[in-house]
Amino acid sequence: MLNTHDILETIRMIQDENLDIRTITMGISLLDCADSNISRSCGKIHTKICRLAENLVKVGDDIGREYGIPIINKRVAVTPIAMLLAASGGDPIEYAKTLDKAAHDVGINFIGGYSALVQKGFAAGDEALIRSIPQALADTERVCSSANIGSTKAGINMDAVALMGKIIRECAVKTSGRNCIGAAKFVVFCNAPEDNPFMAGAFHGAGEPDCVINVGVSGPGVVRNAIAKIPGGDITAIADTIKKTAFKITRIGQLVALQASQRLGVPFGIVDLSLAPTPAIGDSVAYILEEMGLEQCGAHGTTAALALLNDAVKKGGVMASSHVGGLSGAFIPVSEDAGMIAAAHSGALTLEKLEAMTAVCSVGLDMIVLPGDTSADVLSAILADEAAIGMVNNKTTAVRLIPAIGKNIGDELEFGGLLGSGPVMAVNGKSPAKFIARGGRIPAPIHSLKN
Amino acid sequence: MKAVLTVIGRDTVGILAQVSADCAAHNVNIEDVSQSVLQDLFCMIMLVDVSACELSLADFAEFMSEKGKAKGLAIHVMHEDIFKAMHSI
Repeated sequence: MLNTHDILETIRMIQDENLDIRTITMGISLLDCADSNISRSCGKIHTKICRLAENLVKVGDDIGREYGIPIINKRVAVTPIAMLLAASGGDPIEYAKTLDKAAHDVGINFIGGYSALVQKGFAAGDEALIRSIPQALADTERVCSSANIGSTKAGINMDAVALMGKIIRECAVKTSGRNCIGAAKFVVFCNAPEDNPFMAGAFHGAGEPDCVINVGVSGPGVVRNAIAKIPGGDITAIADTIKKTAFKITRIGQLVALQASQRLGVPFGIVDLSLAPTPAIGDSVAYILEEMGLEQCGAHGTTAALALLNDAVKKGGVMASSHVGGLSGAFIPVSEDAGMIAAAHSGALTLEKLEAMTAVCSVGLDMIVLPGDTSADVLSAILADEAAIGMVNNKTTAVRLIPAIGKNIGDELEFGGLLGSGPVMAVNGKSPAKFIARGGRIPAPIHSLKN
Repeated sequence: MKAVLTVIGRDTVGILAQVSADCAAHNVNIEDVSQSVLQDLFCMIMLVDVSACELSLADFAEFMSEKGKAKGLAIHVMHEDIFKAMHSI
């Protein structure tokens, strides 16, 4: 029989420490839905998503109930819509509305893939899609959007960076009556992964199979409690503890992914072994860093602690799953993490410190609320800085900034639910306008030439 | 299909008898039991076979959880695979 201690540990992780499967995301290729007629194209998309994802929510709920582990989200990621727009032309908003309706019909809360990949330049459909993003996110409820504007191989497309600053602002302006939610559903990437199951940046890459199941695990609370049990341990002991805990968390993800794949008759893609925080007390990545011995997240030492955490999570998780992918590591979204929110409130955590942390975390500047009068140039420059970190370090960086229209430092933006709430953070006010207006491309770094 | 049933709560007379009767009522066979009482806290772990149970595992888990609540006990029933996945390589 199983060991009593092990059994009670598992139950405690789920009951008290918020261990859950954050998402089962079905990736669906829409390449075979491309048509020169946009209405026909939309019709095919709706049919295909509804056919493949019809049982996604039910299967997810069944597995959750049967195994006694909460499966929080069931979602769909599709081929970047810019590729379909290239074939059909027409008004891209029709695609957004089709995706929204399909998401509603299959009962999922988010669908990702209203996206364009423009790291080297704009192809047919790309620019029109990007310009439509603010309207698309304002007109729909469940659609998530992303763009890839740089990569280690291609460099950074500074024309796209300049455009993205304007798009982010417009997303916020068009939804200013709804807490600028549009900007919270739009992610700008460098080195975007094609199999990421987490929203808002999930899309189904062109190299992916027709349909695939990717699973994102979570469990910051479990890691924090494991560290709390070794108060006198040195850093090596902490790294080992995180590795062992990450292994256990990921094994659950692998089990759920294989079950979902089998029951839906869809191949298993990857497990994304990320520590994804939620605003719930005890479900915070910042608290893990504080448990390691920092007075508050943002203190000097935070980057080192996060680097250790991110690496140990990967090392522990990688053996627990047959295929690991997506973003895999530790997320640091400010508004979705109770500890980060507190640190931003107290002034311990600044935008500059967050930028440094993104060099060693698994994603980037995520869910950061900025003053409503932050200019498009400044937003673009923040994107450029972040993309440069990703490009040079061969890692994914994502940026999700929310200019809180009509609000300033000291105010707060309340999204509710998993998106949480965030205080408006200070931005360096010096102008990067001339640099951003130059356009062109930042060449790929020398270490991209590996062949 | 096997499941792990855990019972945690204040020790009172008849917990084992009650849980066994509830299992038997749904044709759930108890294969192994380990229990301990630490101070006043009763902790029991059972390995049960639910293959012949007329309820689904999720419904049986809910049934046992409700039964436990009535007596002030936390009863969890979970698929054996989740423990195997987490604690064995």
